[in-house]
Amino acid sequence: MSKKILEIHDVKREFKMGTEVVRALKGVSFNVEAGEFITIMGSSGSGKTTLLNMLGCLDKPTSGSYLLDGVDIKGLSRDELARLRNHKIGFVFQAYNLLPRTSALENVELPLLYNAAISTKERKERAINALKAVKLDGRFDHTPNQLSGGQQQRVAIARALVNEPVMILADEATGNLDTRTSYEIMALMQELNQQQGKTIVFVTHEPDIAAFSSRTVMLRDGKVQKDTANTNRKSARELLDSLPETDDY
Amino acid sequence: MNIFNLIRLALRALQRNKLRALLTMLGIIIGVAAVITMMSIGEGSKQSIQSSLSNMGSNMITISPQSNQQGGARTQGSSIQTLTIDDVKALKRDATKISALSPAVSSSGQTIKGALNWPTTIQGVAPEYLDIRKLSVKEGIMFSDDAVRSSAKVCLLGQTVVDNLFSAGEDPVGQTIRFNRIPFQVIGVLSPKGQSSFGQDQDDIILAPYTTVQKRILSRIYFSNVYASAINEDASEAATQEVTSILRESHRLRDSDEDDFRVRTQAELIQTLGSTSSMMTTLLTAVAGISLVIGGIGIMNIMYVSVTERTREIGLRMSIGARGTDILLQFLIEAIMISITGGVIGVLLGVSSSMIVSSTLNWPTVISRSSILLSFIVCAITGIFFGYYPAQKASRLDPIEALRYE
Ligand SMILES: Nc1ncnc2c1ncn2[C@@H]1O[C@H](COP(=O)(O)OP(=O)(O)OP(=O)(O)O)[C@@H](O)[C@H]1O
Ligand SMILES: [Mg+2]
Repeated sequence: MSKKILEIHDVKREFKMGTEVVRALKGVSFNVEAGEFITIMGSSGSGKTTLLNMLGCLDKPTSGSYLLDGVDIKGLSRDELARLRNHKIGFVFQAYNLLPRTSALENVELPLLYNAAISTKERKERAINALKAVKLDGRFDHTPNQLSGGQQQRVAIARALVNEPVMILADEATGNLDTRTSYEIMALMQELNQQQGKTIVFVTHEPDIAAFSSRTVMLRDGKVQKDTANTNRKSARELLDSLPETDDY
Repeated sequence: MNIFNLIRLALRALQRNKLRALLTMLGIIIGVAAVITMMSIGEGSKQSIQSSLSNMGSNMITISPQSNQQGGARTQGSSIQTLTIDDVKALKRDATKISALSPAVSSSGQTIKGALNWPTTIQGVAPEYLDIRKLSVKEGIMFSDDAVRSSAKVCLLGQTVVDNLFSAGEDPVGQTIRFNRIPFQVIGVLSPKGQSSFGQDQDDIILAPYTTVQKRILSRIYFSNVYASAINEDASEAATQEVTSILRESHRLRDSDEDDFRVRTQAELIQTLGSTSSMMTTLLTAVAGISLVIGGIGIMNIMYVSVTERTREIGLRMSIGARGTDILLQFLIEAIMISITGGVIGVLLGVSSSMIVSSTLNWPTVISRSSILLSFIVCAITGIFFGYYPAQKASRLDPIEALRYE
């Protein structure tokens, strides 16, 4: 359990807006070990999404180094990065990013289409299982505009799980969910983390969500403000069981 | 992504925008339909000209009079009086590459049989004429050289003349008809040949000894043409040269004089007629080709729109593992689908419109497999060529920027 899966060192990310330069990340360093469940917290605009995009190999740092599984991202080609994203990373976007006018099932199947090793039959089975795991049994044929915000969020999570990545990156994956559903999602995340040993990086605003993780990195204005291990880790499953049946605001 | 999924994806995308896809295809559809129709008309007329010319005898040589005056008005063939019986005799005596020879002189006039009459053409020829023109006698017999020598008033009728002068079932052989009031005894009926490719009825003819037509109808000693057969098709060219030198000698032309006649082989005629019709085909096909290019530009345009509209989709696909090639193929196949589907519709439309042309206008059309194949290849190439740049643009997008696109 001590293998480093993510190593970022002095990562900076700057955006040029005409003559102005927006510095979203101003030198961030931390490591994540395989099997960790970490939450990244911070106020709006502190650089959480920018950091997560970098970890998900969607974006490259302006300066600084990022090693994924010991491999420096900087030296990889576009195709190699695409392969990494497909095989190792499950990404849950803040804005869901589901394909419009496409059924939930097909949305979930999408990452598998770009994985040549998976047959049509297996693709369908896996997509169905992923949707069942997020409790969307009856919604296979619904298109995104026929689903609620929370349901869309869960389709996005199912899509991130379907290719059995070693690492799940979630950007405010519980942002639109009621307490019960977000605890259910967190229970799922904890199961994936503890039973399947998946590394999870979870961006959130809410401290009670952070309480389910093993470690919290606090970002502030593009820098790490605090990096603390969570000694009093809660179980989402237990909390869920203690919730009254009717509580679903 | 495998090719099967890519095709399914492309079909889905087209299905979502059916009307737009159809409108985009329109250029291709019209282009392909036009190419197919033009090529089938061109090919049809070429083949019918060729077959009717070789029907006349592919080794036939036609000698016609021609003015050799330089300057001044050159007069048309039939009024020039350069071809005479002396030429025919000289050719008969000296030519080695010719197997049959027949002078021809023709006149139009009114034929009368009882109460019926019919305007037609009488062609004065020698008995060899049948061989040269590949004609045959259906009933009765051809007249003999004796009949030619004695300017006998005998004739053979073409089927059209028979149909117009005799009632059904009546046997024309042995009967007498009048051509411009001169009585002719019918000794035979020619087998029908049908229409020539120029729409001329080849059965609307009367054959008689050339001496009879010269003396008794026209009172003249020259011929309007002399027909000959080269000993075989390959010898046509040599025979032409031989005929030319014999006639020049017979006409006592000096080296500096131009020919006062013209010798043409059937092959030459086929070529002249063929080249005009193939020039027409080329021109029309070029016009049709231009509309294909315009169709291609339409595809390019709509593919650019489609790439822009679907920028977020592209970003998402890339972020979950699509490579540039996957995206490139996705859009390229969509473009090819548009152009190929347009091509299929265009082929169907072209085939049916050339069928309509041949049935309503009575034009001969030939739909060649090669023109269909060619259209398909051109369509596929159009799709690839005009779809490539938009597809490439899509494949080079940055995933994050594409996801942020609004
Ligand atoms: N593509 C971009 N171009 C310019 N500026 C950008 C771009 N992406 C992010 N930024 C800027 O970088 C900073 C960090 O943005 P980021 O999206 O990472 O915030 P965040 O922590 O995810 O906020 P939130 O909690 O609201 O999602 C912001 O000030 C934002 O304006
Ligand atoms: Mg964010």
